Amino acid sequence: MARPRGGVQTAYGNDDMLQQVANGLTIGVVYALIAAGLTLVYGVLRVLHFAHGGVYMVAAYVALAVILALGGGFWPALALAIVVAGALGVAIERVVYRPLRGASPIAPLIAGAGVYLMLEDIFRRLGGPYTRPFPADLAGTVVLGPLQLTAKQALVLVASLVGLGLLAYLIQRTKLGLAMQAVAQDATTAASLGIPVDRVVALSFFVGSVLAGLAGVLVGLYFNAVEPTMGALPGMKAFAVVVLGGLGSVAGAVVAALLLGVVEALVTGYLDLPLGRDAVAFVLLIAALLFRPQGLLGGQVEKV
Amino acid sequence: MLGLDNYMLSVGILAGIWVLLALGLNVITGYAGQVSLGHAAFYAFGAYTTAILTTNLGWPWIVTMPLAIVVAAALGVVLGLPSLRLRDDFLAIVTLGLGLVTQSLALYLPFTGGSLGIGGIPYPALGPLRFDTPAYFAMVVVLVIVGIALSAWLARSWVGLGWRALRDDELAARAMGINVTALKVLAFAVGAGYAGLAGALLAHHLGFIIAYNFGFAESITALAMIVVGGLGTVRGPVVGALLLALAPEVFRPLADYRMTIYGALVAAVIVLQPQGLLGERAWLVQRWRWRRG
Repeated sequence: MARPRGGVQTAYGNDDMLQQVANGLTIGVVYALIAAGLTLVYGVLRVLHFAHGGVYMVAAYVALAVILALGGGFWPALALAIVVAGALGVAIERVVYRPLRGASPIAPLIAGAGVYLMLEDIFRRLGGPYTRPFPADLAGTVVLGPLQLTAKQALVLVASLVGLGLLAYLIQRTKLGLAMQAVAQDATTAASLGIPVDRVVALSFFVGSVLAGLAGVLVGLYFNAVEPTMGALPGMKAFAVVVLGGLGSVAGAVVAALLLGVVEALVTGYLDLPLGRDAVAFVLLIAALLFRPQGLLGGQVEKV
Repeated sequence: MLGLDNYMLSVGILAGIWVLLALGLNVITGYAGQVSLGHAAFYAFGAYTTAILTTNLGWPWIVTMPLAIVVAAALGVVLGLPSLRLRDDFLAIVTLGLGLVTQSLALYLPFTGGSLGIGGIPYPALGPLRFDTPAYFAMVVVLVIVGIALSAWLARSWVGLGWRALRDDELAARAMGINVTALKVLAFAVGAGYAGLAGALLAHHLGFIIAYNFGFAESITALAMIVVGGLGTVRGPVVGALLLALAPEVFRPLADYRMTIYGALVAAVIVLQPQGLLGERAWLVQRWRWRRG
């Protein structure tokens, strides 16, 4: 289960703690993208969306296909991949989750896991069961004071922060964001006030899946690896992050994701635990919940 | 036995193990309403208990199998404690984490064989009589029947009533003087005990176990089985487990599309019958009742 690869593509200029933190933040922002999407759809629909990791994986394959088969560049590939991811998210909500509104919360969870299995198997057939390299012409390093970032790291950081910034703007400054907050607080009241709940839910899935798609493509680029099972662990870790941040709080999820990225990097770099790197997220979660059952920022910020 | 070859009997043994896993999870999630995504942790504890005791200490399986149930049940008490503080979705994610941490520990600790697993687990024998596959199959069938009977009895006992009250409305149950704490812990202990037995049966059947046998896939499959069959009933987990355990065999001719069909089947059944195929308000059950007047 544990395949520590975090350090593979990183810069080794100054091998000190600051560098480890920077490497951790690079992964942290990617976790933040996945978790923000997950918490967004949890907010409006109260479903634990187990196919989210599948959407992330599909986007990476779409980008790969655009680059390899159509000879496109990175940016067109990214653009098409996130649109496909968004559409896939909307389709999953429409076909699987919408008929299950009002059913026991375990039902959508299992149905989502079924969809995930299906996606993984479909792309194992389409793309082969092995890891495929992600071709990208991106070499060199960026020096920021005492820090050295690879060009890929810099791209991941900037693109993720842009994505998160746009999400913050959308939630806090637009009518759609306001509607999402309203639906998250009370769907029935929101509907009675004329908010088209179904459309808001669908758009939340679109936005959340676009973020997952962005994360998938960035991870494929960063680790130079795309594989059918790549969505499983990030998908599960994102759940830990979402709960750690206080289920439904986007700001909390982002904070928890950055924290997880840094702690993972430091634990792998400095501690010798009888655990895989991938278990760190859940050890952190369980420890945190013992002291703060409502999550890091739960109960203090808006619940979208 | 019944003209079945060893391969089919082996498939039957694994299906029986799944039925026990599903029945156990059904006690926790179906009866008591506590969502668990970490059922594989109990399964792992049962398997590792009997594997370590038989291979390292040379204890007989007739002692270590019941011990596996006890150890798993004790772990159930410990891992059930979060359910006292956390509800629903929080509990689901925490149990998911506990399952992953357990698997990760099994993969890294020295006495669990780490990533090499534990091999050479003896096939059961009584004195000079070594169980062959048909005998083992028969034993699994008997244990499954006992497991079903125990589940049915529990559902009708006062404990089962308490669980149902707890599941439907925890606050009201507490107000009525029901000991919610004890009932939750008991549900986890019983459910984990079933999984411990399943794990021990798996260990002695395969003769080799490794942490990868006890991952999230196993936890979610057990949950899928009880939801597809019908949460909270006895027939549901049994039918769901048999259906999903045997489905990959049925679809074997379509080997390339096997998991695609499997995933689609699970999703489709739940979308069309959120109550499960044989749940209280399922189409099949209502039709059956209607025809019988």
